[in-house]
Amino acid sequence: MIRLEHVTKRYAAGGSAALDDVSCEIDRGEFVFVVGSSGSGKSTMMRLVTREITPTAGSILVAGRDLVPMTERKVPLLRREIGVVFQDFRLLEGKTVYQNVAFVLRVLGEKRHRIKQLVPETLELVGLDGMAGRLPHELSGGEQQRVAIARAVVKKPPILLADEPTGNLDPETSAEIVTVLDRIHKTGTTVVMATHDQGIVDVFKKRVLELRSGELVRDEAEGTYAADETRERERAAQRAAEALLRDED
Amino acid sequence: MRLTFLLGEVGNGIRRNASMIISVVLVSMVSLFFLGAGLLAQREVSTAKGFWYDKVQVSIFFCTSQSTDVQSCADGAATQAQQDQVKSQLDSMKPLVEHVYYETSQQAYDRFKSQFRGSPYLSDVSPAAMPSSYRVKLSDPSKYNEVVASFEGQQGVEAVSDQSNVLSTFFKLLHVISVGAVALAVVMVICAILLITTTIRQVAYTRRRQVSIMRLVGASATVIYLPFVIEILLATVVGAALAVGLLWALVHYGVEGLFHSSGSSTGDLVSMIGTADVWDFAPWLFAGAVVIALATAWITLRRYLRV
Ligand SMILES: Nc1ncnc2c1ncn2[C@@H]1O[C@H](COP(=O)(O)OP(=O)(O)OP(=O)(O)O)[C@@H](O)[C@H]1O
Ligand SMILES: [Mg+2]
Repeated sequence: MIRLEHVTKRYAAGGSAALDDVSCEIDRGEFVFVVGSSGSGKSTMMRLVTREITPTAGSILVAGRDLVPMTERKVPLLRREIGVVFQDFRLLEGKTVYQNVAFVLRVLGEKRHRIKQLVPETLELVGLDGMAGRLPHELSGGEQQRVAIARAVVKKPPILLADEPTGNLDPETSAEIVTVLDRIHKTGTTVVMATHDQGIVDVFKKRVLELRSGELVRDEAEGTYAADETRERERAAQRAAEALLRDED
Repeated sequence: MRLTFLLGEVGNGIRRNASMIISVVLVSMVSLFFLGAGLLAQREVSTAKGFWYDKVQVSIFFCTSQSTDVQSCADGAATQAQQDQVKSQLDSMKPLVEHVYYETSQQAYDRFKSQFRGSPYLSDVSPAAMPSSYRVKLSDPSKYNEVVASFEGQQGVEAVSDQSNVLSTFFKLLHVISVGAVALAVVMVICAILLITTTIRQVAYTRRRQVSIMRLVGASATVIYLPFVIEILLATVVGAALAVGLLWALVHYGVEGLFHSSGSSTGDLVSMIGTADVWDFAPWLFAGAVVIALATAWITLRRYLRV
């Protein structure tokens, strides 16, 4: 579904690589966490897949399309295959929940009766039934993110990208949101979620891709946030620090 | 994208940027008004010239009983013999003299009356005070001097006037108005283009989230551009309509009102443009508005709105 081959991205010519020779493949129907510290290149990877940016080197295939030679005119067709969710929700403030979700379908020229059918269906899927008439500022963060997810999936894209969707939410709400993503995954959608939420990654036990300063350092099925050896090292560091503190006393 | 949805988006954009949209309306109105005024002034020149060249270039006015202060009129009103003398002289000047016609003092009075209707001085003027005249049409209007020279000072002739002299001031004035109006129009069109550019950028700013979501979900460039283009198009077309309305009012109440020439005969000094000329230019003004709006909007969107 998504294939990166030796992808390198430099934002400035000759500058440091935001992504450095990354190769990976995500199959149809997978749920993948992309983890890594701030600045490791997670968002860069997402933006490459939606072709907001183009790679400096390497090739990218998404939903059977080769993104490198793709002309600008074809980009909208690619994006219709991908739903995107962000950390900051990005809802249209003046529009109700229903209108926010319906906006996508209207922009894409969907028939009125299809809209009437798809929007309530999707709101129910993300657990927002009964809130269709609310405005974004009348919703909690978690509810707003559900609206954003509904908006991303209402056109039934085969791929859903979520860039730190729980970054602004408390742990409990975060878990709810990922449960919603998991529900969407179960309908057959390929889900890729960038995150640094360790708890979430450890609980949901999905495939984990780890980036470290632009390099893909780990690709683990049913992985945890930190690699085993990393956790070993962290524990060792903690023990050392504790020993130091004891010595100081 | 459905029409109702599109119109809703357009309405939203106009509401949220009302002041900018209104300024686009006004600037296009002013620029197209000046453009139209320049064109009308040009047309007036050609209308008046055509009329003039079609009719008379030289008028030979005969003495009236009141024109005794002129030397050649010392004997009072021109006699029939003096008038016949002028006529036969004119006839002998063919082919330079192409056509001659005679205007009686009554005709002159009627024309005067219709031209200066409502003027308070009208009651002071009697038909007898209006000179009868020969109106002479020349085959070569530029040779009016030959004719003027041969009748000047002749007994019974009060004055020979080359009316193109009178008109040339009028033409010069019109020409200045026309050039000035077109120059102003050019400046205003530049203003309009810059303002449209700024307006689109502002509308794009207030609609940036909408646009980013449209891009994200895979809307085509056309769909993203359409609301902007329609907003600007509406504003300039409304501006053009207002400009045409203003020009119509100018011609109807100004030109037609002041120089009312309906019902008067061929003897009129000048012929004035009418509201029909405004309608002639109206489609061009609208076309100009549409072209400016589309071209500017398209270029601005291509430059500033990444899709
Ligand atoms: N538009 C840009 N122009 C230049 N450099 C950029 C741009 N976007 C990102 N970078 C750089 O690329 C690197 C990777 O950034 P990226 O946003 O992909 O990281 P991230 O993993 O998403 O981080 P975070 O967890 O903070 O969102 C960083 O060093 C960043 O400074
Ligand atoms: Mg990021």
